[in-house]
Amino acid sequence: MSLMAGTLHVVEHNALVFRRIWRGSIAVSFFTPLFFLAAMGIGLGGLVNRNSGGVNGVPYLDFLAPGLIAAACMQTAAIEATYPILAKIMWDKTYEAALATPVTIPDLIRGEVVWSILRMSIVATTFWIVMFLFGVGHSLSALLAIPASILTGLAFATPIMAFTATRRNDAGFAAINRFVIIPLYLLGGTFFPIAKLPLALQAVAWATPLSHGVVLTRGAVLGNISAPEAALHALVPLAYFAAGLLMARSLLMKRLAK
Amino acid sequence: MVERNVMAYRHNWIVILSGFFEPVLYLLGIGFGLGSLVPAVTTGGHTVSYAMFVAPALMATSAMNGAVYESTANFFYKLKYAKTFEAVIQTPIGVEDAAMGEVIWAVIRGCLYSIGFVVIMEALGLIASPWGGVMAVLAALLIGFAFAALGVTITTFMRQWQDQEIVQLALQPMFLFSATFFPITVYPPILQAFVAVTPLYRGIHLIRGLTTGQIDQGLLIDVLYLVLLGLVGVAVASVRLRRRLLK
Repeated sequence: MSLMAGTLHVVEHNALVFRRIWRGSIAVSFFTPLFFLAAMGIGLGGLVNRNSGGVNGVPYLDFLAPGLIAAACMQTAAIEATYPILAKIMWDKTYEAALATPVTIPDLIRGEVVWSILRMSIVATTFWIVMFLFGVGHSLSALLAIPASILTGLAFATPIMAFTATRRNDAGFAAINRFVIIPLYLLGGTFFPIAKLPLALQAVAWATPLSHGVVLTRGAVLGNISAPEAALHALVPLAYFAAGLLMARSLLMKRLAK
Repeated sequence: MVERNVMAYRHNWIVILSGFFEPVLYLLGIGFGLGSLVPAVTTGGHTVSYAMFVAPALMATSAMNGAVYESTANFFYKLKYAKTFEAVIQTPIGVEDAAMGEVIWAVIRGCLYSIGFVVIMEALGLIASPWGGVMAVLAALLIGFAFAALGVTITTFMRQWQDQEIVQLALQPMFLFSATFFPITVYPPILQAFVAVTPLYRGIHLIRGLTTGQIDQGLLIDVLYLVLLGLVGVAVASVRLRRRLLK
């Protein structure tokens, strides 16, 4: 089977399942940004603007919104890379069934990555539209925040997929959420500048992909990042994505080839 | 019923322990991180630091989340799949005991979190008086009781897992808009009145009053509201459970 066809079959499978649940999912990806931007951006933002005159020279809402898009993609990618993948490895044995056809393990991984990109596109685009309605990011280059946030999510998708390939039950997933995703969400530069963290934590934050993803989305929306600077920041999430891809591939090979 | 849950959780204590990590992280991230952008907040005439303002709200929210999770997702699972209750009511334990047992269990679990949280608040100097801290734990218990009763009641109406999403969709705006991160005075008067009758707002108002040391009659209204909500919840849940189990 050609490279494309195998990948597309995996994507198609996910799309068929998604067809049954998409209404709830779209509603969540619309209401979440709406609530967050209203409460944090405007409610809390009012306090921030009055006390500190905004953040880094822009109103708090403008500072917060692009960061939240990147964080939303991170969360989506993390969820998609845990329960659904383990279900297909172990509980429903979907992969076992797929591998009995000409579909290969690299097809499975490519398919899941493409699916993850599609899911994040929905989340990021909906978020972007809500942000636009709140009056943030009125330029064409602001649209670049969508691919930038998808890249951020991909930096989590493949490493977590690799982790999932080693799991025998779902106990580790709550830990990933608690000890990786939520700390990054809260401290990774989304809600306040990383420079406000203690020095040691700043170093940790810059070693993770979210902080760089937030710089990219914020730069795109506010239009204050140069192309070479953006390329440099894109390297970190890209490296996580590539390393995760290799690990997911070899671990899934080991797991499924018995 | 309470004993059963304790026994079942003995093997899962790490889950309980790590559940404590989250509110503390929120406290550090939001309280101190955002606190660097918002030096002080005026609430009910007093001016307090942002961490001091947010901490009681996070405590109330985590009491709510714990109680709601335990009384909806976990309880639904027991009701629908594990058939724990069908087994339980074959014994001399009655339906009311079963419902009450679930609520008490959720409250005990929430209590453990609250004590830990108050100890950390005290260590960070976010509580006006130690006495306020003790009262705040009791207040968190009351919040847990009210939401657990509400959660059990709602769960008895649930048919499928997708209904759980509705619960999440209701919790999120409550978390964000109940004067958690900014004072209620930000809203126009009509919205203020609406927010003021929601249960999480009453809970946050109660704990914030206790930990910042603004004790007045307003807190009595909070207590009455939450007690009433809890009692009505338990009563309705018992009737519903009886109908569902004894058919």
